[in-house]
Amino acid sequence: MSAQGVNTWDQFIEGIWKQNPVFVMVLGMCPTLAVTVSAMNALAMGVATMFVLVCSCLLVSLMRSIVPKEVRIATYIVIIATFVTVVDYAIQAVSLALYDALGAFIQLIVVNCMILGRAEAHASKNPPWIAVINAVGMGIGFAIGLLSLGVVREILGSGTLFGVSLFGEGFQPWVVMVLPPGGFFVLGGWLLVFALWEKRKQAKEAAK
Amino acid sequence: MTTNTVPETQATPTGAMLRTLGLVSAICGLIIVSSYHGTYTAVQANKKLATERAVKSVIPAAKSIAEYWLAPGGSPEIAKGGDLPAGTIKFFAGYDAEGKLNGIAAEGGAKGYADVVRVMYGYSPECQCINGLSIVSSRETPGIGDKVDSSKSNVDKDFMANFKALDAKLNADKTALANGIKAVKHGTKTSPWQIDAISGATITSRAVANGINDSAKALLPKLVPQLDKIRSKS
Amino acid sequence: MTDSAFQIFVNILLANNMVLAMFLGLCPFLGVSARLDTAVPMGLATTFVMLVASLCAFGLNLVLTALHLEFLRLICYIVIIASAVQLVEMVLKKYSPVLFRALGIYLPLITTNCAVLGVALFQTSREYNFVQSMAFALGGGAGFTLALVLMASVRERLQLSNVPNLIQGTSLTLMLGGILSLCFMGFAGVGG
Repeated sequence: MSAQGVNTWDQFIEGIWKQNPVFVMVLGMCPTLAVTVSAMNALAMGVATMFVLVCSCLLVSLMRSIVPKEVRIATYIVIIATFVTVVDYAIQAVSLALYDALGAFIQLIVVNCMILGRAEAHASKNPPWIAVINAVGMGIGFAIGLLSLGVVREILGSGTLFGVSLFGEGFQPWVVMVLPPGGFFVLGGWLLVFALWEKRKQAKEAAK
Repeated sequence: MTTNTVPETQATPTGAMLRTLGLVSAICGLIIVSSYHGTYTAVQANKKLATERAVKSVIPAAKSIAEYWLAPGGSPEIAKGGDLPAGTIKFFAGYDAEGKLNGIAAEGGAKGYADVVRVMYGYSPECQCINGLSIVSSRETPGIGDKVDSSKSNVDKDFMANFKALDAKLNADKTALANGIKAVKHGTKTSPWQIDAISGATITSRAVANGINDSAKALLPKLVPQLDKIRSKS
Repeated sequence: MTDSAFQIFVNILLANNMVLAMFLGLCPFLGVSARLDTAVPMGLATTFVMLVASLCAFGLNLVLTALHLEFLRLICYIVIIASAVQLVEMVLKKYSPVLFRALGIYLPLITTNCAVLGVALFQTSREYNFVQSMAFALGGGAGFTLALVLMASVRERLQLSNVPNLIQGTSLTLMLGGILSLCFMGFAGVGG
């Protein structure tokens, strides 16, 4: 997209709804299912990924005119890995408990197909300002995706939300929700909900 | 990552590629090194805080803690900074207000249901037994495997009772533990060196037991004969 | 860690299956598992890359630790993996062009497969020695291939069934993955 005539709001909103990385593009699945055992972890992972995405897209966009196309993938990967390392140390400095909970998936942000895809498809072709806005939108979309999973899994699987108990002592948690199968089921469920919504929208438009 | 299909006339000269890669590496290297050093003190402080908290929870009477390193064939020495040399065992000694030894703490770990379960256990030289347990890190199933964790509200009290006086005596010539610490099926505990596993959480219970056993059988035969060297705070 | 190589292999193959329990390698699992004849070569190619990556990561880690350059670990690992994938691509192109064309875009995507980097990262954090690392990588690749083959077989059968339109696609694959994951939970405790 050329710099002129580009609606900044469109750039921002693109990642949140139309091209939501979790629900539409189905990218970055590994952290999505693994760390969304609780809403807090999901939020932390979303923020960490957004940080890496924004910084990487900024640097890639700044360097887009001097990176030869043959080595561009290697360059993007090195840049992404750099910011993932920064986030890794930042989380350790802030909270060891959070670092332990997120585990190896912090470092696995580097192979999140969403970041590399964004750098390649968008940041390398747009000026820094546009690239950053789009990256922020994508990051927020990803965080929303993670949160929607984390909230459902935590409420059903532990009876709490952000650590705050919701149902009192008698609640029998649906433990499978915080186990691996639960991750699969909840995401599949969300996609089903969206498919249903899409179908209803199309039926409404067809009826007009 | 796929092979380059651009015709030769448009290929970038190698010099330019190397120059760019060099520039990118330099910038990234700078970012990494500065973030590493910028967060180093905070990370070390966090780790120290977490360790101290774990040690204090297994040696409650300790007023001060000292970290020791025990090299194979050597005597316990105050820990130096840097990485632990291979074969050296790390442990903590708790001292009361008068500087007298009132407990030893060490870390252990073994594979549980999901991932490694890391524990910190307290050893009392007076009763030659393990009298404290704290879970350092675990990723066990919530509601089932986390019953071993005394910091969680659903901790299994009968399981924690195992660790009031878990026998860790050495054999006659002090070369090994007299009896290995093992987890046994819930309700079948007969000896003071066994751990009664939590019914329905056998794998996690076994991980705790194995973690303690592996650490104790490596540390105690070397440490107990030399305990007098660290009886008072140096 | 005192686990034997065999225990590690069986553990990551069954009880803690790389895809279904540890959530590594999901993108190809959801993407390439539609047909058995693409699933099997993908699994084998990934296993090979895992072995090479594990080997190099082990050696690299020794070097980096000796030089106190641990903060460069992530970058070095990912560069190694990218190179290993290039190697596999070149080998396949030369010796089996049919397979190369069949795998198409999925081959370079092994670079961004969390499973390969995950193997390198986990073997480092669990401080496995050389034999344990090899067993871990082999088991990881086998576990990945197993999950892929199972999913592909089921999906091929489902193409002939009457599945509601609404759930078709990724939603169905995820639900299937969930059921497979539930089944694999039955392997808990296997391999010690």
